[in-house]
Amino acid sequence: MQVDHTKNIIEVKDICFSYGDEEVLKDISFDVHKGDYLGVVGPNGAGKTTLLKLILGLLPLCCGYIRLFGQDIKQFKNWSKIGYVPQKATNFDANFPATVREVVAMARSAKKGLFHNKNQEDDKIIEESLKQVDMWDSRNRLIGDLSGGQQQRVFIARALALQPEIIFLDEPTTGVDKRSQDDFYALLKKFNQELDLTLVLVSHDIERITKEAMHIACVDHTLTCHTSPEEFLKESGSLNMFGQKIKIIAPHHHN
Amino acid sequence: MFLDIFQYSFIIRGLEAGIIVAIIAPLIGIFLVLRRYSLIADTLSHVSLAGIAIGLLFGLNPVLTALMVAVLASLGIERLRTSKTVYGESALALFLSGSLALAIVLLSLGHGLNANLFNYLFGSIVTVTMTDVYTIAILAIVVIIILALFYKELVYVTFDEDAAKVSGIPTKLINTILIILAAITVSLSIPIVGVLLIAALIVVPVVAALQLKKSFIKTILYAEIISLFSVVSGIFASFYLNLSTGGTIVLIMLAIFILIFTAKRL
Repeated sequence: MQVDHTKNIIEVKDICFSYGDEEVLKDISFDVHKGDYLGVVGPNGAGKTTLLKLILGLLPLCCGYIRLFGQDIKQFKNWSKIGYVPQKATNFDANFPATVREVVAMARSAKKGLFHNKNQEDDKIIEESLKQVDMWDSRNRLIGDLSGGQQQRVFIARALALQPEIIFLDEPTTGVDKRSQDDFYALLKKFNQELDLTLVLVSHDIERITKEAMHIACVDHTLTCHTSPEEFLKESGSLNMFGQKIKIIAPHHHN
Repeated sequence: MFLDIFQYSFIIRGLEAGIIVAIIAPLIGIFLVLRRYSLIADTLSHVSLAGIAIGLLFGLNPVLTALMVAVLASLGIERLRTSKTVYGESALALFLSGSLALAIVLLSLGHGLNANLFNYLFGSIVTVTMTDVYTIAILAIVVIIILALFYKELVYVTFDEDAAKVSGIPTKLINTILIILAAITVSLSIPIVGVLLIAALIVVPVVAALQLKKSFIKTILYAEIISLFSVVSGIFASFYLNLSTGGTIVLIMLAIFILIFTAKRL
């Protein structure tokens, strides 16, 4: 199927954000198009997660605007178009009494909205989502009993169960061993290419993300670059480019 | 000899009220415990005491005044907590000590209320009236209906508040509903276990069930079994052995917790 890569899904314009007096982000503008695979990189504390939380409506903007699917974020209601895989370590209680299946079912229930219970079709979608990440056989295991890589796959399935158009992932491979990371990125590539899922992935693993993503956005309190991985590597010259702030804001349509 | 107990209508009333409370408490408790909100039950129980003092002083039904004060306070706590101007536990401390102080001052205004107060502090099924049973039953039905309506949202918000919010769940509303339900549950448990032991009723069966490491729905089920067994056996034991009902119930719950905890680690 041909994907219309010029269709704007996310439009971020001149946004800024402060925690109290501390300015975390300013003058950030970029677009995400349908079918994109955007890697957001930057040093620790540069505001990557904050940027993601702003786009997801978890934090209020101080200035500028964000449009999701053409609609201002304040009016946006269709949240089930957006999947979210949060930073694992901070967001999840390993002793939480929930099975793999229950975790994925939570998201599916959320999509149904208040006062609607899930039906057979939802059960089918939950099953398919778990099969896509190869975790269906573990459906009755407790989420806390799984390895880091397996847990992360379940969280992907949870996002998939919403049948979203875009998935945001925040440092998804933190604490996941190398082999599971390879599987994980292969899975993401498959979703991006075969299901036309748009992906936005925040990562500090520059080496890896430049191999996977179509575009790279560098965030260090402001947007220091937005370019192709090849350009990014050429311009930065090395993998630790965040000492000097480079300015390459390139157009990023592809044809 | 064994059937003697049913000849006393107060015991039957106590059992009825006790079973209702035993069913409700873990349903709220699971969400409070998993959200690290356990202490809110303690705070709301002290707040209820201020409500009871108001009821005793003005000759109103103390369970109802406790309910109203607890619900109002729960909204205040949630407001203070989300405003982030004070830490969450500081908000609890403010309300806990403030309402206890208010209760003591109010009770010192009305002389001769102290005998009654003892029942509310430690619970006494002897004093459970038929009106109490009806009040508890109606409120329990309200709590169960609201829980059923918002169950899936409550589970998701408890597991991962950010992800829940991103998928469009009105997390603020859900948090407010949870804390109001907690306030209702706390106030209607007062006649059975008393202000000082309510938190145990809400928290201990859930903490014990969590040790079994089961799915969410099974954890609720086990918490219910532990809760019902403890309350019913506690009421019987306290009758035959002439012990405090609230204290006996809580000690049975703790014994079950210790049993599961040790069995799991052998």
